[in-house]
Amino acid sequence: MPEQITGAQSLIRSLEHAGVDVIFGIPGGAILPAYDPLYDSPMRHILVRHEQGAGHAASGYAYVTGRVGVCMATSGPGATNLVTAIADAYMDSVPIVAVTGQVPRPAIGTDAFQEADISGITMPIVKHNYLVTNGDDIPRVIAEAFHIAGTGRPGPVLVDVPKDVLQAPAEFSWPASVDLRGYRPVLRPHNKQVREAAKMISQSRRPVLYVGGGILRARAAAELHQLAELTGIPVVTTLMARGAFPDSHRQHLGMPGMHGTVAAVTALQKSDLLITLGARFDDRVTGKLASFAPGAAVIHADIDPAEIGKNRVADIPIVGNAKEVVAELVSALRDLPKPDIEGWWRQIDKWRDTYPLGFTEPADGSLSPQYAIQRLGKIVGPEAIYVAGVGQHQMWAAQFISYEHPDTWVNSGGLGTMGYAVPAAMGAKVGRPDTTVWAIDGDGCFQMTNQELVTCAIEGIPIKVAIINNGSLGMVRQWQTLFYDARYSHTTLHSRRVPDFVRLAEALGGVGLRCESAADVDGTVEKAMSINDMPVVVDFVVHHDAMVWPMVAAGASNDDIKVARDTAPDFDYDMGEVTQ
Amino acid sequence: MTRHTLSVLVENKPGVLARIAGLFSRRGFNIESLAVGPTEYPDVSRMTIVLAVDAIPLDQVRKQLDKLINVIKIVELEPEASVQRELLLVKVRADLATRSHVLETVQLFRAKVVDVAQDAVTIEATGTRDKLDALIRVLEPFGIRELVQSGMVAVGRGPRSITDRALRVERPA
Repeated sequence: MPEQITGAQSLIRSLEHAGVDVIFGIPGGAILPAYDPLYDSPMRHILVRHEQGAGHAASGYAYVTGRVGVCMATSGPGATNLVTAIADAYMDSVPIVAVTGQVPRPAIGTDAFQEADISGITMPIVKHNYLVTNGDDIPRVIAEAFHIAGTGRPGPVLVDVPKDVLQAPAEFSWPASVDLRGYRPVLRPHNKQVREAAKMISQSRRPVLYVGGGILRARAAAELHQLAELTGIPVVTTLMARGAFPDSHRQHLGMPGMHGTVAAVTALQKSDLLITLGARFDDRVTGKLASFAPGAAVIHADIDPAEIGKNRVADIPIVGNAKEVVAELVSALRDLPKPDIEGWWRQIDKWRDTYPLGFTEPADGSLSPQYAIQRLGKIVGPEAIYVAGVGQHQMWAAQFISYEHPDTWVNSGGLGTMGYAVPAAMGAKVGRPDTTVWAIDGDGCFQMTNQELVTCAIEGIPIKVAIINNGSLGMVRQWQTLFYDARYSHTTLHSRRVPDFVRLAEALGGVGLRCESAADVDGTVEKAMSINDMPVVVDFVVHHDAMVWPMVAAGASNDDIKVARDTAPDFDYDMGEVTQ
Repeated sequence: MTRHTLSVLVENKPGVLARIAGLFSRRGFNIESLAVGPTEYPDVSRMTIVLAVDAIPLDQVRKQLDKLINVIKIVELEPEASVQRELLLVKVRADLATRSHVLETVQLFRAKVVDVAQDAVTIEATGTRDKLDALIRVLEPFGIRELVQSGMVAVGRGPRSITDRALRVERPA
């Protein structure tokens, strides 16, 4: 016999059944009935200061735990404030479930107070969404929402529940299983495709393992490690895949793309076989698509069939979960000869030795942002989690911190959401409370979402924030320097004067530290590391003209990578030995 | 670019049409016509979508459609292996002088007159796009007062049904 309770009780009980242990949210009129039973629930609710923070926190939590993150908001503005975070999770395939209140059913469509058609608004940026019109459906809908968010290619699911549905009596019966006839993600790769791919790998001469975020989502880092070591093939990890393969590993060439290493970008360009694992040929990786890796055949393994052939035609498409695909590739390759790639490695090592990542110190003796980030990474070490905002600091954090483990790098890759770092770091710390979590943020980003430090202070979530404070919207300024004749139209934030980040940090309930010289970096980071009972903010006041290099200009070919302004790598070698 | 006809079985749930229309617009796929209606299963609707695309975008269209949770099955119907029909209602000027010519045209196209007024008739015709276009061309000189046309619906030729396998699997009992 199904039990009779209220819709609100059914919602909270369903979330408990779905295994939720923490919800990031803010109550309000339409969701209020749900907050009453939530008061008695063993689930932890973290009261954020802005719904966007709830969404990014759910995403940060999901990123580092692999579990579905949950955020909750009321109707209208509460729901629309979630939109950026939902779009962000959609672009980066992060499993979250957003629960929103809606105006009562009779008021829907009347422009009622705090009414917004959030299922209509989010339709293009969710994996799926629901408007619940019958309280009896709540358990099924919640079960489906978690199933959809967390399986296949993960993504956000929104569940919108009208207030009167929450208030009315409803039957509760938790479904034993979820079966959706329109949703059957293919997990096991096709055997024949895997064998073909293995044969191709074995015969390749200039192969590259082009590794994307799918490896992390599938928790397939161990399998990737096996595949790389078995074949000896060089590995590149995209921005979304930093940490999927240890940076210290000899076969790792670093990050490809717009700000990738010369070795990674060039290896892809000159490759004869891209073994693409959970990556999607994003424009930030390929540069001008028509001239990307012109001589390469493509093996493309992805759990989402729509990614295969979307941007680049695949010679061997493999649909499946990356963990299973890579494991099966490993077993298929055991029986085949290893690819002959000695010449290829000689070539790659030359690029790697000639063009390592680096930076020049500012001539005026001010602090270089790259140095601050690099030292921070060294002192804090590879066991910590690093969460970035979006911009120059994000690229430097991707370049100059060594990632050795999966899920230690969290960032907004696809949407490029400024303000992501603080709330996502909060979510990451909640998900992995015993791990040190550093947000590497910019002064522009920090001013978008720093109010969540209050949440961290009050809820006992001691994250650490490094503000790379160059007083400007640095990446935009860099583009103005390079492409707009150094006309700095509206990119100067003056944040070295206002706000005072140290005092702001203190006002928000944390500790504020400032570091203005290279000599003080170690000491300041060590001081921050010694404070573990409250949030710490370090204001690294850095040079404002530092630029991110290497760089492939937007829309340019990866062949035109620059290692510094107006400086192209000098490939004065003979490609002969490897192009034969 | 060639014209393709997709038959899409979808769950009969609110918002499904919006999901599909939204997908087409945001991915930049152009729909020539779209028709939705019930099927022999009350919980399943069928959409017939006609679009003009190249082979590779068509593959993307199918894959992106397939990602929608409410989409159950997608089948491309080839013109030669399917029956494709549209419905046309057209109001044509027909006074005493031209009425017999108009009625002759109706006969020739195996259309029918569904409403008559003093100086106009309303004609109903079904057929392929080409046939209806031809009918309109012939009627134009008489003076078309109003014209309304449905999207195309299509069904594969032969005894098999696209709903058969897609839906039977769901009901193991």
